[in-house]
Amino acid sequence: MKAVFKIWRGDAKGGEFRDYTTEVAEGMVVLDAIHDIQRTQAPDLACRWNCKAGKCGSCSAEVNGMPKLMCMTRLSELPLEKPVTVEPMKAFPVLKDLVTDVSWNFRVKKKIKPFKPRHPDAPDGTWRMQQEDIDRVQEFRKCIECFLCQDVCHVLRDHQMHERFIGPRFLIHVAALEMHPLDTEDRTEELRNKQGIGYCNITKCCTNVCPESIQITDNGIIPLKERVVDDFYDPFGWVWKGFKKLLNR
Amino acid sequence: MPDYETFEHDVLVIGAGGAGLRAAIEASAAAVRVGLVCKSLLGKAHTVMAEGGIAAALANVDERDNWKVHFADTMRGGQYVNQWRMAELHAKEAPDRVRELEAWGAVFDRTKDGRILQRHFGGHKYPRLAHVGDRTGLEMIRTLQDHGVHRGIDVYMEHTILSLLKDGDRVVGAFGYERERGRFKIFRAKAVVLATGGIGRAYKITSNSWEYTGDGHTLAYDAGADLIDMEFVQFHPTGMVWPPSVMGILVTEGVRGEGGILKNKEGRRFMFDAIPENYRTQTADNEEEGWRYCQGAKDARRPPELLTRDHVSRCIVREIKEGRGSPHGGVYLDISWIKQKLPNAAEHIKRKLPSMYHQFKQLADIDITEQPMEVGPTTHYIMGGVHVDPDTQMSRVPGLFAAGECAAGINGANRLGGNSLSDLLVFGKRAGEFAAKFAKENSLGKIGPPQAEQIESAAREALAPFERSSSESPYQVQKDLQDTMQDLVGIVRNESEMREALGKIDDFKRRAENAAASGNREYNPGWHTALDLKNLLAVSEAITRAALERKESRGAQFRDDYPDKDEQFAKVNTMISKTEDGSMQIRLEPLPEMPDYLKQIIEEMK
Repeated sequence: MKAVFKIWRGDAKGGEFRDYTTEVAEGMVVLDAIHDIQRTQAPDLACRWNCKAGKCGSCSAEVNGMPKLMCMTRLSELPLEKPVTVEPMKAFPVLKDLVTDVSWNFRVKKKIKPFKPRHPDAPDGTWRMQQEDIDRVQEFRKCIECFLCQDVCHVLRDHQMHERFIGPRFLIHVAALEMHPLDTEDRTEELRNKQGIGYCNITKCCTNVCPESIQITDNGIIPLKERVVDDFYDPFGWVWKGFKKLLNR
Repeated sequence: MPDYETFEHDVLVIGAGGAGLRAAIEASAAAVRVGLVCKSLLGKAHTVMAEGGIAAALANVDERDNWKVHFADTMRGGQYVNQWRMAELHAKEAPDRVRELEAWGAVFDRTKDGRILQRHFGGHKYPRLAHVGDRTGLEMIRTLQDHGVHRGIDVYMEHTILSLLKDGDRVVGAFGYERERGRFKIFRAKAVVLATGGIGRAYKITSNSWEYTGDGHTLAYDAGADLIDMEFVQFHPTGMVWPPSVMGILVTEGVRGEGGILKNKEGRRFMFDAIPENYRTQTADNEEEGWRYCQGAKDARRPPELLTRDHVSRCIVREIKEGRGSPHGGVYLDISWIKQKLPNAAEHIKRKLPSMYHQFKQLADIDITEQPMEVGPTTHYIMGGVHVDPDTQMSRVPGLFAAGECAAGINGANRLGGNSLSDLLVFGKRAGEFAAKFAKENSLGKIGPPQAEQIESAAREALAPFERSSSESPYQVQKDLQDTMQDLVGIVRNESEMREALGKIDDFKRRAENAAASGNREYNPGWHTALDLKNLLAVSEAITRAALERKESRGAQFRDDYPDKDEQFAKVNTMISKTEDGSMQIRLEPLPEMPDYLKQIIEEMK
């Protein structure tokens, strides 16, 4: 069986969809088709990939308009009687073909306050944590940084507010730090004033596209929003925050 | 100096997986200027794929564990041709390196009393692998990455190094290109650390991504360093075999650590059929004992599925060859059977092996809590690599260091699962520390006319694929090489097939020199594939020559023309270097003499 792939070819100056026909075999994923096309028809077709098993988050693209990892999107899930469109993520500037400039994400992360642990619990310099206390943080740390959540977030995708909003990926990163049982840093001020958590209006688009099924909105962003409210709008929150600071001193 | 953009650092680290990141962090802690070059985006290196865990004798789960047991296990697994000093340092320092990750924010699974949990793995006597479900590598690389970016390291993402620059004997920098625009760059440095990972792309069936083309191995070899133990390529016993497009993708050994069993099409647990002599006293002789071991019973011995990877791979190949394989040319790996033993087996499996569950469900329509998986060996890791000083990780080229998979010595003839992540941390740190020391003791090397000539010649060579009008596709040369290495220098080897492989590699070299690239220099994978061929061919030749030279079967090297171990080869390593005329020279080097206190440990643990 053959299938047609409409692949976006071009660079920052512009581009167009081009059709490529390739043979489809059992179990193939979109990335396999891209590789076949690269090998036989378009050797300079640019795409990122590494692990081919949904673990590294390199091969993000939009397949039939949906943000997907190409390595985990099976052709059997797609209607192959119609051409399959493959195009680069839209929230980031195109470099070439399916490759976008995601460097903004790396700059954003660098600005987030790093992990700062409390003093070790045991004389040998180690800590004690219960599994149930880290389940939530481990969920967030499953993130493979594919940036599909950033791609689908309308604050970034449609409104291009990259300077004022860090996006779901980094809200989850902040959540993983804030909910880490050992962390003593306080990040609510930045969340509110610099990282733009208020721009998120919890439409859950990010959660829907997460290949790791992280409950980004319910388990991460909403609790962070509550922390911001507690810290800045609740007088008891101010007192509690001051008390916590004293404890950690 | 040639007119390319030039950067200056004290220490340049090439490769940003576990070893490269750890080296960069350590060097930056010594207050030198550090540059970190990565072939992909930061955080995507192969470390991210590691699943099972980090081996370290923390003794959190079994208090009988300590560095001596870990050392003895590593040497036994490596069939005693390991560099003893590396195995010793590794066993002693791994626990501190793991605890350090926790201090930097890693969140490992916990014991009931709140400490880092450890799991069973092949060849480790006690539960020793600190882990996070089956995504330990992701946890490790992200922890190092997030810690590293706050330390003032300059990161060059999507850059590839083409050659190392030398002034006399000493390394003084590197020359390469960036993917985005295809522009050349010069990196001047007082010391260079290679941490480029493996060579998996030389084989057809592999768990490795496009990046693993033996870059560090070849850069070091070209610069005058020795390569050691190149014949020892690890074929991981359990890669996916179906559907064809996922062939080779890794299935973690953690499946067996959690109680998964291997069966042939007759339903027989064939691993009980051939237990090697040196593991007999440590291995269960019945299924019930094996299960109790996985459940943590201290009086039980390990099930034969948790024997070393070289052995398990060969048993699987035997079953397939003798007609007892599964429908798609593998064997069965079954974790679903534990529902006979555990009340919430399905939930337990999903919690302990979430990404395996996800991977099979999504890519193969298999629910591993209900059905067995089909698995077969996949090229996973190379024990061989750059020969380094065990303490400093410096090669014989002054200023050139190597760590992680591209360096060699700790693993001998076979690596134990979990020893790779700890190797990255222990020797990444050491490489960073001593590279920084070297940088402080030496000034920036000269980039004069000889170096300029070297740069211009590398640039001409790199651009040559665009000048060619041939129809030779770099992808096709790569594929033909992969088929050859898979068929002729794979799990079972012999002299005539390997001689044939050497002839073919010569042909591929000629074809590679004729391979053409179309399009322009901007983010052009066809061009990059053409450039990587040189390295792939060099390591393929090195593997084949070393495997020919070792006329015996030991660890990962199995030869059907020399099926037994040979005492003569128990005392030597193969060593490869480049001669003046550019040809590959191989010699046998005696193993360094092991001190008595270590011999005694090995004797006591036998």
